[in-house]
Amino acid sequence: MAANEFQQHALSVADSQQANAAFAERRAIAAERFAATAWPGRKTEAWKYTSLRSLQELTEASFAEQAKAIELPEAVKAVDSYRLVFVDGVFQADLSGDLPEFACRFSEANAEQKAFINEKLGTVVATQTESARNLFSYLNDAWLHDGVLLHLPRGASLNKPLYLVYVSTSEAANATLAHQRLLVWLEDNSQANVIEHYLSESVASNDDDVSSLTNGITEIHVGQNAQLHHTRLNLEDEAHTHIGGVHLALSRDSVAKCFALGEGGRLKRIDYQISHNGPGAELIMHGAYLARNKQLIDYHTCIEHREPHCNSLEVIRGIVGDKAKAVFNGRIHIHQDAQKTLAELHNRNLLTSNGAEVDTKPELEIYADDVKCAHGATVSQLDETALYYLQSRGIEAAEARMLLSYGFVNEVLSQLPYQPLLESLQVRLRARFIDEARKSAAEKLIGESA
Amino acid sequence: MLQIRELVASVEGKQILNGLSLDIKPGEVHAIMGPNGAGKSTLGNVLTGREGYEVISGEVLFNGEDMLALDIEERARAGLFLAFQYPVEIPGVSNMEFLKAAVDARRSHMKQEELSSFDFMKLAREASKKVSLDAAFLKRGVNEGFSGGEKKRNEILQMMMLEPSLCVLDETDSGLDIDALQVVADGVNAMRDSERSFIVVTHYQRLLDYIIPDYVHVLANGRIVKSGDKELARELEAKGYGWLEGEVA
Repeated sequence: MAANEFQQHALSVADSQQANAAFAERRAIAAERFAATAWPGRKTEAWKYTSLRSLQELTEASFAEQAKAIELPEAVKAVDSYRLVFVDGVFQADLSGDLPEFACRFSEANAEQKAFINEKLGTVVATQTESARNLFSYLNDAWLHDGVLLHLPRGASLNKPLYLVYVSTSEAANATLAHQRLLVWLEDNSQANVIEHYLSESVASNDDDVSSLTNGITEIHVGQNAQLHHTRLNLEDEAHTHIGGVHLALSRDSVAKCFALGEGGRLKRIDYQISHNGPGAELIMHGAYLARNKQLIDYHTCIEHREPHCNSLEVIRGIVGDKAKAVFNGRIHIHQDAQKTLAELHNRNLLTSNGAEVDTKPELEIYADDVKCAHGATVSQLDETALYYLQSRGIEAAEARMLLSYGFVNEVLSQLPYQPLLESLQVRLRARFIDEARKSAAEKLIGESA
Repeated sequence: MLQIRELVASVEGKQILNGLSLDIKPGEVHAIMGPNGAGKSTLGNVLTGREGYEVISGEVLFNGEDMLALDIEERARAGLFLAFQYPVEIPGVSNMEFLKAAVDARRSHMKQEELSSFDFMKLAREASKKVSLDAAFLKRGVNEGFSGGEKKRNEILQMMMLEPSLCVLDETDSGLDIDALQVVADGVNAMRDSERSFIVVTHYQRLLDYIIPDYVHVLANGRIVKSGDKELARELEAKGYGWLEGEVA
C-alpha cells in the first residue's frame, strides 16, 4: 500500500534535516517501516475511536530551524530541578540549566554515551509488535536527531528531578513538526524523578487552526529494585496535536509511579506501554484527561504482566465537556506465568455537557489462574444532589459545578508531588471549570429563551 | 421572619404538602413532628428551592420578601440554612474550600468584606472545636468518609460559620448517639438569640429535651394538624401519632 500524503510529507521533511550521523541507519529502517505501514482507519483496532484525518492538513508543515526566545511560566521555574527546555523541538540553551553527570543530549553525548544510546534506544519500544500501534514510534525514529539520555548507574540517586519542558509556539501560518525522544535507563537500585511537561506558549484563538504536531516518545528501563517517578503533563493548546507514547520496562522488585495529565489540544493520543519483566515489580499510575470545546484526547494504557508477584494500580479520571470527546482504553494482559498478580484499573468519567462523548474500554486478558484483578469504568454526570447541597450554602450554580468538576479531578491531581506545578494546575483548572460552567449556563439560557 | 401561607407542593407529580401554614417570628424555635411520609423533609426542600419540588399554590414570605421567587443560592445568601438529613460527600473539595466559598458568598451578599484567609481559618477552627470535630476534618474532602455523627456535626459547623437568620434542621438527630446529640444541641442552643429562628424537624421527641422549642406542630398528610407547646411533644411520645390521624379524619 502506498504511503499517504502525510506519511510522504513527514518523511521528506525528516530527510531534509541535518541529522546526527550516528542514527542514519536507524532512521532509514524506521522510514521504511513508517512508509510501509497502512495508514490507520476506523477498522484499525488501535485507532478505532480516534481519527487521524486532521493530520492531512499538516502537509505544509516543516521543522523549526532554531529555538525561539520565550518566557517560561513561573511555576515551571519554581520547580527545583535539572531543567532542559526545547522550543518547537529545538533545544533552547538560554532557558536550560546544567545537567547532572548522568544525563546528556544525544547530540552532545561522549563516545561511551553514544554507544549506550545506540545499544539501548528502541529496546523498550521494540517489545511491542503490533505495527499500527507503533506507527508514530517509527516516525519518531525516522526523525531521530537529538534527544535526551538519563543513565543512572547502579545505586545512584538523582538528587533533583530531571525536568524536560517542551514548548510549542507555532501558529497555523508556519506549522511545525516536532519529534522528542527521551531515554531513561535506571540501573539496579537507582532512583530518579523525571518530569515531561508539554505546553504551548500562547493559547490559540481559533480552535479550527491546525498549528503543529508533536510526537514525543519516551523509553524507560527500571532496573532491579530501582525506583522511578515519572510525570507527563500534556497541556498543549487548542490547535495542537500530540501523538506520543511512554514505554516502561520494569525489572525485578522495581517500583514505577506514573502521573499523567492531558488537557486541551485538537488531538492528543498518548500510549502507555508497561511491561512487568521481573517478579515483584510494582506500577502505580494516576492520570486524568480533560477535554472541552472540540478537543479529542485519547489515552491507551497497556500493562503486560509477564512475571509472578507483580502489582499494578491504575486510577484514571476524565472530564469531558462541550462537544469534546475522550477515549480511554486500558488493557491488562496477565501472562500464564504471572501468578499472584494483583492488578486494578479504575476509570471514572464525568460528562459535563450533552454533546460530550467518552469511549472507555477496559480490556482484561488473563492466562494465569491465581491472580486478583479488578477493573471498573463508569461514565456519569455532575451529581444533582451535590450541586443542590453546594447551592443551598449560597454557592452560585456555576461555581458549584466548577467545584464538583474540580473535586473530581483534584483527587487524582493531588498525587502530583511537585508543589509549584500542583498549585498552578489547581488554579488553571478552577478557572477552566468556572469558564465552562458559565458558558454552559449561558447556553442553557439561550436555549430556554429560543 | 417567615410566613408560610396555604402552601401546596408536589414532588414528581405527587402532592405532598396540602395547604401548610406556619408563622415564625424572630428568635422562635418551632419543632415540627410527624409520622413518616407526612411531608417533613419536603417542607425543608421546598423552602430551600430544590429542583423537582414544585410549588402549586400558596406563598412563602421571608423577611417580607417572596422567597419562592429566589434561586436556591439566593435564599441561602438571604439567611436561610438547611441542615441536611443526609449530608452529601464531595471528595476532592476540602471542607475548608467549601466553607470559604459559602462564607464568601454570604458575606458578599451582606455587603461585608471578604474574610482574610487567616481570620477565616481562625473562625473555622473555633467552630470545629465547638462541635467537637478535630481541625483535621477541615482539610478532608467535604463529608468524605465522615461517620453519621461527624456529618451532622459538620452541618452545625457550617451553620455556625454562615450565621443564618433562619435555620431548618431536617432530622438532624436521627441516628445520633446521646453524646453526638448533646454536641448538636449545644451548637444550636449557643446560636439561639432574639433574632435567629429555628425550625427543628424531627421524628423523635428526644431531641426536644435538649433543644427546648417554643412551639410544637404536628405535620400529617401535608398540613399542620395540631400545634402546642413542648408538652405536646411528650404527649406524642406517649401516645404515638395514631390518635391525631383519627382526629383529622
